[in-house]
Amino acid sequence: MTRVPLPVPGVLRWGWRQLTSMRTALLLLMLLAVAAVPGSVFPQRRSDPARLADFLAEHPSAGPVLDRLGFFDVYASPWFSAIYLLLFVSLVGCLVPRTRRHLREVRAAPPRLPRRPDRLPVYRTVTLDPGGAPPADPDAVLAVARADLRRRRYRTRPDPGGLAAARGLAAERGLLAETGNLVFHLSLLAMLVSVAASSLVAWAGQALVVVGDGFANTLPMYDSFRPGTRVDAADLRPFSLTLDDLQVRFEENLPSQLGAPREFRADLTVRDGPEANPRRERLEVNHPVSVAGARIFLVGNGYAPVITVRDGEGGVAHSGAVPFLPMDGQYTSRGVVKVPDARPRQVALTGFLLPTAVLDPDRGPVSVFPEARSPRLVLTAFAGDPGQDDLGLDDGVARSVYVLDDSRLTRLLGADGEPARMQLAPGQTATLPDGAGTVTFDGLRRYAVLDIRSDPTRSAVLVSALAMFAGLLPSLFVRRRRIWIRVAPGQGSRTVVEVAGLARGEDVGLPREVTRVLDVVSAAVSAGAAGDATGRAGAPTGDSGSVPREG
Amino acid sequence: MTVDRTALAEWSNVLVDSAILIYAIALLAFGVDLSGRGRRADQGSSAVAGADAEAEVTGAAVAPVAGGSAVATVEHAAGSGTTTTATTTTVITTTAHVVTATVPARSRAAGIAVSLTWLAFLVHLAGVLARGLSIGRVPWANMYEFSVAGALVVTGVFLAILLRRDLRYLGSFVVGPVLLVLGLAVTAFYTEAAQLVPALDSYWLLIHVSVAFVAAALFTIGFSVSVLHLLQHRRELARLLGRAPARGRFLDTLPPSAELELLAYRLHVVAFPLWTFTVVVGAVWADAAWGRYWGWDPKEVWSFVVWVVYAAYLHARATRGWAGTRSAYLVFAGFGCLVFNFVGVNLLFSGLHSYSGVG
Ligand code: HEM
Repeated sequence: MTRVPLPVPGVLRWGWRQLTSMRTALLLLMLLAVAAVPGSVFPQRRSDPARLADFLAEHPSAGPVLDRLGFFDVYASPWFSAIYLLLFVSLVGCLVPRTRRHLREVRAAPPRLPRRPDRLPVYRTVTLDPGGAPPADPDAVLAVARADLRRRRYRTRPDPGGLAAARGLAAERGLLAETGNLVFHLSLLAMLVSVAASSLVAWAGQALVVVGDGFANTLPMYDSFRPGTRVDAADLRPFSLTLDDLQVRFEENLPSQLGAPREFRADLTVRDGPEANPRRERLEVNHPVSVAGARIFLVGNGYAPVITVRDGEGGVAHSGAVPFLPMDGQYTSRGVVKVPDARPRQVALTGFLLPTAVLDPDRGPVSVFPEARSPRLVLTAFAGDPGQDDLGLDDGVARSVYVLDDSRLTRLLGADGEPARMQLAPGQTATLPDGAGTVTFDGLRRYAVLDIRSDPTRSAVLVSALAMFAGLLPSLFVRRRRIWIRVAPGQGSRTVVEVAGLARGEDVGLPREVTRVLDVVSAAVSAGAAGDATGRAGAPTGDSGSVPREG
Repeated sequence: MTVDRTALAEWSNVLVDSAILIYAIALLAFGVDLSGRGRRADQGSSAVAGADAEAEVTGAAVAPVAGGSAVATVEHAAGSGTTTTATTTTVITTTAHVVTATVPARSRAAGIAVSLTWLAFLVHLAGVLARGLSIGRVPWANMYEFSVAGALVVTGVFLAILLRRDLRYLGSFVVGPVLLVLGLAVTAFYTEAAQLVPALDSYWLLIHVSVAFVAAALFTIGFSVSVLHLLQHRRELARLLGRAPARGRFLDTLPPSAELELLAYRLHVVAFPLWTFTVVVGAVWADAAWGRYWGWDPKEVWSFVVWVVYAAYLHARATRGWAGTRSAYLVFAGFGCLVFNFVGVNLLFSGLHSYSGVG
């Protein structure tokens, strides 16, 4: 049995040619645009996990299916990646031969005149008769043309264009367009590579710092930390900072936007390392502070009431600022105070902080302005058995400090049998039911939420973006043109001048350019014939009016 | 010096309303001009459709010819004759491919329409400036301000182009959308003058948004030209097939479809780098404000989509089988995405860029 040889190389070559064709690039570009859209429609896991959780809860049947299909991680999904990887393979496939060809063209002289110049898109010819004077010297005429074209940044080469008696010139300009185009596409590649690299080496974390407190760049200090795949704790440089002050301003005058944020500003004292001198920095929303290769951003703020809890035995079981998380634009904030050291019973408090509290007849106490004009703490209390560690702080399971698991706790009730509810103004103290102790609202401090990020590839991405832009401009605006000139003796003392032009793509200025060159050459012929061998490129000769000229 | 900010804000509203009124009259005048063109086209010969892609659009060719009707002359001249020159040399023969482009006829309605557009533009500009003074910052930080300032830039770009080329026939297709946007702005998007939320308070806002405006204005005008291109193309096809097109007679006085196509391309070729710049500057700003240059926020997604679709358009024009009418559909897609990016994304999605101020 004879084996039929599989035409694998042929198929591969065919496939490769398809992949690197302009048509495929176009198709992939359109696909890329379409594939990017779902990422704006569905909540994305990376940027908006909270909204994703809501979405999954609302769509219990469709949610998991969409999830499996990658709709919540569009830009890391297999299909999105496939499209852009194919696009970039296609790009490499067309760039490599194009670059090679372009380098060859840049080094080579301009191409010769085609056999039939009158077939070129723009072609003009004029026959000139000096009227008895000897004919012009073609070489001198061409020298004038050459000087003129060089001034207009053409590269030239002598080219008689096939006619024995003729003198000619081939000229070309605008190779920069292709150079720019290649730079543009290569920079796109470079940008993709840099972005990919950043997912390896970049890291980012978030930390909450109360005014007056400090922060040191170590993992435990972060509330959340997202390392790149090649980042570990040793990569964190040992800088530290203190949050000295935080100023926050809200809209106070305009009724329709009352309470909208207007200005956030933090003052920091920063040390780049344990030995470094402290320096003062101002941190604002659009103005991060750079420290030891990382940048610090101000991304949020809130209130941390200072709370003291004395337990049933009279000792201070807790004292300090407890960050409450804002839940609305008026900074109505929710928080938890866990007091595992209280005796005889562990104590936990949950409740709200209302920065500017008023009593709403329907909803009870609410906050009407984000500034702390008349702050109130509204708390309820729980108690637990320290022997059982009902607060669950020591069992090694990581728990949010903002959430209370009350499954094993006892809610403390007031005299009326309802859950005890304490409302405190600053300086006030309330007694907990059942002799569990007292709570004091000592005062209010602000806190800032800081995003701390390091991405060493940022500058590479920026440079590729700028190079991309720099390449795009010549690619789109430089016109690539070729011009050929032929000057041949005609009957008697006549001279035949031919000028032809070819452009890449549309070039509405090309006829004008050809006419201009024709005029320059005609003038040189006239001047040469008139004995002016210097051949000024003077005023164009008149013509029958069929050749348009523009100023 | 004290400025009465409330009064300024009110003045701004009055000025914008007045501009809307003047634009409306200008639109009417442009409409009269178009229908007048249609009538003139019936009277004159319509040699336009014959012009081929060699059409040379030049400053001189576009200069209006007094009293002349719109006629395109296509010469393939091979004249021979004699003319004496400044020196003793005589031209014996000249041969050239020459095409002169359509010469739009002078029309009183068009003149009035352009003057009105200038007036509307100045009143509109005053309205935007008053808004800016009343808040002491750039007046484009919410949906209302954004639409009003964006519409201003569209008119401005159109008028700037008119200074160089006679594209008055585009008037209706530019002033129409401007009116639409302004109408939406004052009825649906209106927001009281107020200061900025901190994240928007940056000089990047000035650069990023103003360049985005100019790019969007050019895309808008380019879109209008592409629509005309397609209509003209249909009409030419119908002619070729021997059917007399009934409607849209004004098209006969417009340039041939190939020329409109080229015009659309050239507008897009200017708009595309400006949009590229907008996206790059946006990324730089995002890097400064949020610590990441790209986060696939809905606004970023749609800016990217717009960019990719227009890149596809530029590619399509260089792809065999896609040049011409097919690539015009990519212009429509691109423009649809652009409009969605400015309107839909602000209103529908939540994200860091949600600053519509429309409550
Ligand atoms: C990542 C996606 C790409 C983008 C955003 C992009 C963008 C562009 C832009 C803006 C132009 C300028 C168009 C013009 O000169 O009018 C262009 C031209 C070009 N691109 Fe791409 N491109 C991409 C991928 C590709 C791929 C994969 C190929 C190869 C198959 C390719 C081949 C070309 C060629 C040959 C030109 C020159 C066309 C001409 O002569 O006008 N591009 N591209």
